[in-house]
Amino acid sequence: MTLKLAPVLSRAWDEQDSYTLDGYRRHDGYTALRKALTEMTPDEVITEVKDSGLRGRGGGGFATGVKWSFIPQGDGKPHYFVVNADESEPGTCKDIPFMLANPHELIEGIVIGAYAIRSEQAFIYVRGEVTHVVRRLLAAVREAYAAGFLGKDILGSGFDLELVVHVGAGAYICGEETALLDSLEGRRGQPRNRPPFPAVEGLYASPTVVNNVESVASVPSIIRRGKDWFRTFGSEKSAGFGFFSLSGHVVRPGQYEVGLGVTLRELLDLAGGIRHGHRLKFWTPGGSSTPLFTEDHLDVPLDFENVQAAGSILGTRALQVFDETTCVVRAVLRWTEFYAHESCGKCTPCREGTYWLVQAYRRLEAGQGSEAELEKLLDICDNINGRAFCALGDGAVSPIVSSIKYFRDEYLEHLRHGCCPFDPARTTVWAPALTGAY
Amino acid sequence: MSTAELGLPRVPAKGYPQDVVDRLEPDADAVIARYPVKRSALLPLLHLVQAEEGFVSGDGIRYCAEKLGLSTAEVTGVATFYSMYKRRQVGDFHVGVCTNTLCAVLGGDEIFAELKAHLGVGNDERTAVSPEGRSLTLEHIECNAACDFAPMMTVNWEFFDNMTPDKAKALVDDLLAGRPVVATRGPAVCGFRETERILAGFEDRREDAVHGGGSAGPESLVGLTIAKQRGEQA
Ligand SMILES: Cc1cc2nc3c(=O)[nH]c(=O)nc-3n(C[C@H](O)[C@H](O)[C@H](O)COP(=O)(O)O)c2cc1C
Ligand code: SF4
Ligand code: FES
Repeated sequence: MTLKLAPVLSRAWDEQDSYTLDGYRRHDGYTALRKALTEMTPDEVITEVKDSGLRGRGGGGFATGVKWSFIPQGDGKPHYFVVNADESEPGTCKDIPFMLANPHELIEGIVIGAYAIRSEQAFIYVRGEVTHVVRRLLAAVREAYAAGFLGKDILGSGFDLELVVHVGAGAYICGEETALLDSLEGRRGQPRNRPPFPAVEGLYASPTVVNNVESVASVPSIIRRGKDWFRTFGSEKSAGFGFFSLSGHVVRPGQYEVGLGVTLRELLDLAGGIRHGHRLKFWTPGGSSTPLFTEDHLDVPLDFENVQAAGSILGTRALQVFDETTCVVRAVLRWTEFYAHESCGKCTPCREGTYWLVQAYRRLEAGQGSEAELEKLLDICDNINGRAFCALGDGAVSPIVSSIKYFRDEYLEHLRHGCCPFDPARTTVWAPALTGAY
Repeated sequence: MSTAELGLPRVPAKGYPQDVVDRLEPDADAVIARYPVKRSALLPLLHLVQAEEGFVSGDGIRYCAEKLGLSTAEVTGVATFYSMYKRRQVGDFHVGVCTNTLCAVLGGDEIFAELKAHLGVGNDERTAVSPEGRSLTLEHIECNAACDFAPMMTVNWEFFDNMTPDKAKALVDDLLAGRPVVATRGPAVCGFRETERILAGFEDRREDAVHGGGSAGPESLVGLTIAKQRGEQA
């Protein structure tokens, strides 16, 4: 069976003005909004999204419609709709190109979602290090206000919504939804205790939905074409389509929008395979916080259930692919340094643990110490995993434990050689092998 | 022991002179007006004061604190948490090289090493001012959500995709020589301070800038292109 691509969110990206209001309207832009506001009650919108089977695209995979239904109604408090556009998980690179190319579909999804949960104030929390995305978002919001898709009495429905683009300032942890809310309140971005969950006490202690960009952007097509159409993609429990972002040692890296459940083998087929003369060594199914996979996992269907059954997490479908020239110790050390840098410092296991992991790793990478060093590494991991205050700690441990599981001997080889046995010059895109001189 | 070594607080900042306050006031008030609760304006206000000075100074912190009714200690606590707020003057350009794993392996490490040598600066350091009157600050950065364009760099947080050591050196030479530089997915690069004003939530003063770089880079289109070739739609 050949794989069928499903360009929905990316359907018009090859047009010169796909990011403008005019460009979007040529592709059914804002027709779902009209349908939702004029033909559906808020509860009907929630039910449609629930029944579509859409699950969060930000990594956790929580059912989007169910999350919306948790917002208490008639509670007299303001409700907030917050879009998580912090995209900083290493390897993840889908929301940023999406917002560059089609910010209006996100805005349409926001208005529909806010209508569903009865919110009159929405925010897009976008990471700060993406100036051009901020430009596109600001312009799109201005256009949407001018066209009457935001502001007072949207499309004559009596529904009001204000939308603010809020730009972050460089902190991976602000992608964690409760840290994001603290950051949006003008504080250091540190995770909060849960419960209370954001649906009960979120932004300004009021009921709040936090959703990933891609989750929200998937809503207009669901409203437009119906839950049954959405369910023709993916599987029973992992319905719909999504971006699979291929990067690394592949011939054609980039964005592939397909039904959930595709395999890496099928994706590599589309992407021209591993770069010439090389073979797959390890890859991340969903960003650096998801346990590594190897050649043995080429046929794992990339949906929530199957990836988990194979020992990892679907995460953000950030497929970072590394060939046999890459030292797994070098790769994981760099991620470990990232987690140590990004640890928010709130809890001891993560703050101290990630620091000590880096120290131990640097020694190992340099081929110093003994096998005991490896055990120490795993020991520290044990003290972080499941004991940290938020999922950043567990994420930090994932690549370490999985790489030792699959490549223990490579670690030992560093110790035997007294240095790293790999040549970093061979991993680059300009390494001779790629140009045929291999 | 000097007082500095004891970690005693420094003399409070005097605050901005009146003409700076007058200039900042309309923008600052517009930022605050966006939010139902004032304190939410702190991150964009810090971007705004960074747009004023090229870093977050004691004066800038005091300005934010006074606008929001916070203590300078509270504002300092927030400013130091986020890596984009700089405590030392950034040059006319902030140049970032992604050295997170994917980019590092694909060549980011080599690019960063060559740039350091070429410019004679270390991480998070500013070059001397060039004969053309420009300087830049070099920093290695974390994954910038452009891994399919690896190895990638940024100038004032604009995307420079599919870089090589030679392209990187030519890029910084152009910046220091005052030659115009255009982002791969974005417009011509403006100054670091102008960029920071955009990050405070104000549209680029150059009306055309939003159109720079087209809708999507080639890597963003690979899946769509194959789908069209094969006549597949959703
Ligand atoms: C350390 C950390 C970083 C995260 N970063 C992001 C992010 O950048 N974007 C995102 O949408 N979700 C991120 N998440 C997940 C969010 O906490 C949250 O689950 C998600 O935004 C919910 O949206 P969804 O249900 O639509 O997926 C992160 C979680 C953790 C623990
Ligand atoms: S696990 Fe790390 S990032 Fe999360 S709260 Fe603890 S210190 Fe902060
Ligand atoms: S690792 Fe460099 S952009 Fe993702």
